[in-house]
Amino acid sequence: MNMMIKAYRRKLDVANGRVDLSHGAGGRAMGQLIEGIFHKAFDNDWLRAGNDQSAFSVPGGRMVMTTDGYVVSPLFFPGGNIGTLAVHGTINDIAMAGAVPLYLSASFIIEEGFPFADLERIAQSMGAASREAGVPIITGDTKVVERGKADGVFISTAGVGMVPDGLDLRSDAARPGDAVIISGSIGDHGVAVMSKHENLEFDTDIASDSAALHGLVADMVAAGGAHIRLMRDPTRGGIAATLNEIASQSRVGFRIDEDKIPLKPEVAAACEFLGLDPLNVANEGKLVAVVAPEGANAVLATMRAHPLGSEAALVGRVVADDNCFVQMTTSFGGGRIVDWLSGEQLPRIC
Amino acid sequence: MKYIDEYRDGRLAKDLARQIAALADPGRSYHFMEFCGGHTHAISRYGLEDLLPANVRMIHGPGCPVCVLPIGRIDAAIALAMRPEITLCTYGDLMRVPGSNGSSLLKAKAAGADIRMVYSTLDALRIAEAELEREVVFFAIGFETTTPPTALALKAAIAKGLGNFSIFCNHVLTPAAIQNILESPDVRKLGTIKIDGFVGPAHVSTVIGTEPYEFFAGEFQKPVVVAGFEPLDVIQAILMLVRQVNDGRHEVENQYIRAVTALGNEKAQAEVANFFELRESFEWRGLGEVPYGALRLRPQYVAYDAEKRFSMVTPAAKDNPACACGAILRGVKRPADCKLFGTVCTPDTPMGSCMVSSEGACAAHWTYGRFREKARQVDVGRAVA
Repeated sequence: MNMMIKAYRRKLDVANGRVDLSHGAGGRAMGQLIEGIFHKAFDNDWLRAGNDQSAFSVPGGRMVMTTDGYVVSPLFFPGGNIGTLAVHGTINDIAMAGAVPLYLSASFIIEEGFPFADLERIAQSMGAASREAGVPIITGDTKVVERGKADGVFISTAGVGMVPDGLDLRSDAARPGDAVIISGSIGDHGVAVMSKHENLEFDTDIASDSAALHGLVADMVAAGGAHIRLMRDPTRGGIAATLNEIASQSRVGFRIDEDKIPLKPEVAAACEFLGLDPLNVANEGKLVAVVAPEGANAVLATMRAHPLGSEAALVGRVVADDNCFVQMTTSFGGGRIVDWLSGEQLPRIC
Repeated sequence: MKYIDEYRDGRLAKDLARQIAALADPGRSYHFMEFCGGHTHAISRYGLEDLLPANVRMIHGPGCPVCVLPIGRIDAAIALAMRPEITLCTYGDLMRVPGSNGSSLLKAKAAGADIRMVYSTLDALRIAEAELEREVVFFAIGFETTTPPTALALKAAIAKGLGNFSIFCNHVLTPAAIQNILESPDVRKLGTIKIDGFVGPAHVSTVIGTEPYEFFAGEFQKPVVVAGFEPLDVIQAILMLVRQVNDGRHEVENQYIRAVTALGNEKAQAEVANFFELRESFEWRGLGEVPYGALRLRPQYVAYDAEKRFSMVTPAAKDNPACACGAILRGVKRPADCKLFGTVCTPDTPMGSCMVSSEGACAAHWTYGRFREKARQVDVGRAVA
């Protein structure tokens, strides 16, 4: 009997393979593409750390830099659009290093024929989002491609920020006993976008949770910076992907409790009829923090005092586990693994 | 979530689990096959095994439409989709099912085939209406649950006079498969699988009713309890099966009374009968040729039958020799008994179809339950010691 179940992965078939949609879905296939093509080509310590941003020393402190691409479809959805998402997402990648975001860039790849009115609406909401966050867009680029070579508009961003002195959050820092805190209800963004997706439209009041989290992070760092091991924003692939990433980078496991995970009833219902697991559904205004046990209560209380963390919850603990399994006690009473999603998450057929 | 949470109540589950533990005779073991992938999924996703005593074991059955589709049918669909005039519409689950030589619909799409993922047959119909210059083929798979929607799409296509819509029919039938398992040498002669009863299909039974199961409950003396797909449904059905076994009964009981009747949905059955007829034989992955185990379009709808319309051929194609999907689908092996499980075969790089759909036994065990292998290893070690 095959007892030892290793985390085996077949090698990327660079000679004959092609990029398929699963390589963009935030699961293992994407990780394999990034490692097998990009990390191999660019190899350095920063990329190997596997964060959504990289920190480096400059005169006067440590700086972080990130870059991000936005291809959401549809471009407009309840609670935001591709532009607000680009601003919030880039700020959040900076904030997850505990850093103060300072400046953003934005490049637009626009498809021939795209209406000015839509472009203006996107740009105006990006401007408003960046002003509200206090993080200006200080440089950009514009390209137009032939009709059919893009899907309306794609946005690519970069962001920089400064890490407060003494703070060093690392993806390999989770230790057994640490608390796992989620800042609020999961799955709102993914469900809001899907509700407007072609062929899938359904009526719902669910809006994207898209928000800039640097204010919440600043409060958390002030209250318990020394106890925060690491933070992640669980975007594509949902909290399942985020916890699995942390588990493999820190060589630990997780034990979480389904009953404690904040989930809006309407999101749960939408996931139910779409056949999705909310743990795999994207968020754009939530964070997962791994906090040393002695600091957990203080950090949790601070989060709950902030409007973007009012539903924050301690959902589980880091455990020692050579297999790096994320295990969950279900509301039903049994145990299960919470795994990465495989390929594009789609409704089951029966 | 009203009308859902009630069926996932952990306290009620504990109570039912206590009743099962109290009734299960410690002097014997109970092996029940859940036919449907939907039940397999529920058992794995809610960790239901943790609530059962050690002598009550579940065996996963072949009721996963993606899993029982033979490789040759995937190869045929890929060959069709590569034709420039064809738009192939398919449910998402099929995209990653491995065909021959590492091929899949997902890879064919990346290589340029016009393959679209749809959520219902009506989406495929809409594509056909909007793109009259394309030959739109719907890759129809599934048991009795998904056959009526295919029939309705066909009816609508005919009513609209859509000449560019056709169906690649792979619909299969549940009772034939259960009978095939019960008549297989594994169960009848070799005794390699012990089956004391069946958790009967949920959604399938809403269409066909409980009546079709009466035959094998009597003929093969196996109790059948038709159950819903929620975890409390499954655990209650297991309790009902334990009672039947203890009483020496072999009846068809209906746990899923909120949706299933004895005769089922006769209107849906009539729609299906209008458009489909039995195939004399059809290959199921794992089970081999199953007599009268699948449907095809009736001859008068030949224009809508993609197999005829495009002279499709289903090539003879063999599974990877190391892949144990066949034995797993028949309940002879458990997923972790397969040499490929979790090594070269994972949901990201599936070798066999049971690793693709979340209803497949291998994918369910890998995704939700593989942490139990270590515990099992310890148990085996103790038993040997």
